[in-house]
Amino acid sequence: MQKISRDILVEKAISMLENGDVCSVLGWRKGEFDYDITPAVFTDKDDIKNNFVWNDFCGANFSKYLVQKTRKAEGKILVFLKPCDTYSFNQLLTEHRFDREKVYAIGIPCEGMVDINKIKEITGDGISSIDCGDKITVNTIYGDKFDIDATNVLSERCINCKSKKHVAYDELIGDEGEVLESNRFDEVTKLEQMTPDERFAFWQNELSKCIRCNACRDICPACTCEKCVFDNPKSGVENKAAANSFEEKMFHIIRAFHVAGRCTDCGECSRVCPQHIPLHLLNRKFIKDIDGFYGEYQAGDEVGSRAPLVNYTTEDIEAADIFEGRDN
Amino acid sequence: MFKCSIDSLDKIFAEISKNATVYLPVDNDDGKAVYTKWENGVKWSNELNTVKSLKDFFFPQVENLMEFKVEGKNIEIKDIRTESEDFVVFGVRACDVRSFDILDRVFLVEPCDSYYANRREHGVIISVACTRPSETCFCNTFGIDATSPNGDITVWKTEDALYWNANTEKGKALLDKLNLDECDDSAVNEQKAKTAEIMKRLPLASLTTENFGGGKTDELFNRPEWKTLSESCLGCGTCTFVCPTCQCYDIKEFNNGNGVIRFRCWDSCMYSDFTKMAHGNNRLSQVERFRQRFMHKLVYYPENNEGIFGCVGCGRCLAKCPISMNIVKVMKTIGGND
Ligand code: SF4
Ligand code: SF4
Ligand code: SF4
Ligand code: SF4
Repeated sequence: MQKISRDILVEKAISMLENGDVCSVLGWRKGEFDYDITPAVFTDKDDIKNNFVWNDFCGANFSKYLVQKTRKAEGKILVFLKPCDTYSFNQLLTEHRFDREKVYAIGIPCEGMVDINKIKEITGDGISSIDCGDKITVNTIYGDKFDIDATNVLSERCINCKSKKHVAYDELIGDEGEVLESNRFDEVTKLEQMTPDERFAFWQNELSKCIRCNACRDICPACTCEKCVFDNPKSGVENKAAANSFEEKMFHIIRAFHVAGRCTDCGECSRVCPQHIPLHLLNRKFIKDIDGFYGEYQAGDEVGSRAPLVNYTTEDIEAADIFEGRDN
Repeated sequence: MFKCSIDSLDKIFAEISKNATVYLPVDNDDGKAVYTKWENGVKWSNELNTVKSLKDFFFPQVENLMEFKVEGKNIEIKDIRTESEDFVVFGVRACDVRSFDILDRVFLVEPCDSYYANRREHGVIISVACTRPSETCFCNTFGIDATSPNGDITVWKTEDALYWNANTEKGKALLDKLNLDECDDSAVNEQKAKTAEIMKRLPLASLTTENFGGGKTDELFNRPEWKTLSESCLGCGTCTFVCPTCQCYDIKEFNNGNGVIRFRCWDSCMYSDFTKMAHGNNRLSQVERFRQRFMHKLVYYPENNEGIFGCVGCGRCLAKCPISMNIVKVMKTIGGND
């Protein structure tokens, strides 16, 4: 489904490595099957030729990796960024989390990424190959063949894509897109319409599935603390496993507060959750409220913007109004 | 061998429930299988396996161990252990059944872990043979026969019937009570042969352990590939939490104002404070932590346990790792068997 071919990216990466413009390339590495790509650092051109992939399974966002990788890098790192990844990229720059001079960013258009779990709901287990053409063609070891319309198996965040525009890059390959009108707040509105008891039951049910692997936090480009309080034995709230239903919710609510105003709605947290908890709904509620209370704000839209929650103005909504449920 | 119709399964569960709680894989609200208590109306899932393994029953993620009451200079230690309920778990796959051979060798050797042992004594495992394995399955790499799993009782499911066979005293005692009809094993043999053919076609069928095992530490420990393999690992520990054989835990204390509770919870070698001691941490980088997980399963465990590997090929870490890095990729890269 992707319009830009892998070969263009491979050629670009190899030529930049060979010319010494960059010393390494952040890209997607081919997996064991056709869908299990791994984010990788490439430094060898044959490795790129053989193992670099760009297809409908390249959901992984590299922006956060730049925090660690730029620290050790001798020269520049080439990174490929999808539109949504560029918002994380900017947000990290706003927070001074990596050295922009050490990065060469290439923006690439994205037609949306598919969700392997949705594919498996159609095909069942036993996938032997997946071909991402106009249709997604899946073959199984049981001899079945499925032709699936990619739009039917798009990941949640891509169904509700907020922007096809790249807000940061050194070079763009392919066409630039636009900021989109998405329906991403519809689910939040549904939650708001519930009674408090129903909403509590909804979140209790979802968060009770959490195994506290912290993958949501570890992948999150807004979560770049060197030592998270929940990992720090000295913090007094270190929390390797939730002991009760209060602790199940505490971690997520604290985390949502901590990324409020900084979360770009990249969707990585929901993508990686092994328990399929719709974490994006928590973050989107904050985004929706911030938009309502302080005027529309998109984290990562530009470098250096002051997030509403850390930017006092005399027009700010009064706490009492928020409590009473009035918008500004 | 005994036989019953599929329709009589609820009656059988009702019968077993008179003396023990029955758990079985049931679809949750997003269609993922989770071990759930049987009650009238609860339906056995069609999923191949549960997202989380059966380990959680015997070795829960969090568990209180003891309590301390502190008054002045006196500390009173309270033993809070209670006898486990009798329970039966139905529908366990071959890989997960084998995981108990691995866990038992850790928890049941002296000094025996009484918390785990208590549940092992009270639990009966009824396994079910696989007929539609996933591309992520590689139990056969570890010599596990998915067509004929171990467990106290083995069950084979065909279109319309279930076949039962007891493997242990515990299993026999339970099966005797169910009064099922005796039958020959021709239907079961036919199914086994069919599944065995499918197992051969699995994409990971040729994966071998030949370059791993006891005595390989020196050869494998410093391999440069560990760095590339672990390059993008998040250190999230999802792989260890969904793994049926990962067994590490942390013991901590919690002061609830009224006294102190000592509890344990799962730990992960992927975490930065894993086995942290007074002198500090012995694995400072993610490469070292990552290496530990795989060296433990593929080298250290077999070295200390007569060659038995610490992985059962269930494929959970393949399906669940956020960056799709896993034991198969490690084995192919480090063991060089592609
Ligand atoms: S990724 Fe999912 S299961 Fe893991 S800590 Fe986050 S919400 Fe919980
Ligand atoms: S909270 Fe989730 S959606 Fe927001 S920036 Fe972090 S990973 Fe992305
Ligand atoms: S291997 Fe995967 S699941 Fe395991 S800690 Fe690393 S990122 Fe998480
Ligand atoms: S290492 Fe992976 S495949 Fe092996 S038993 Fe653990 S979760 Fe299953």
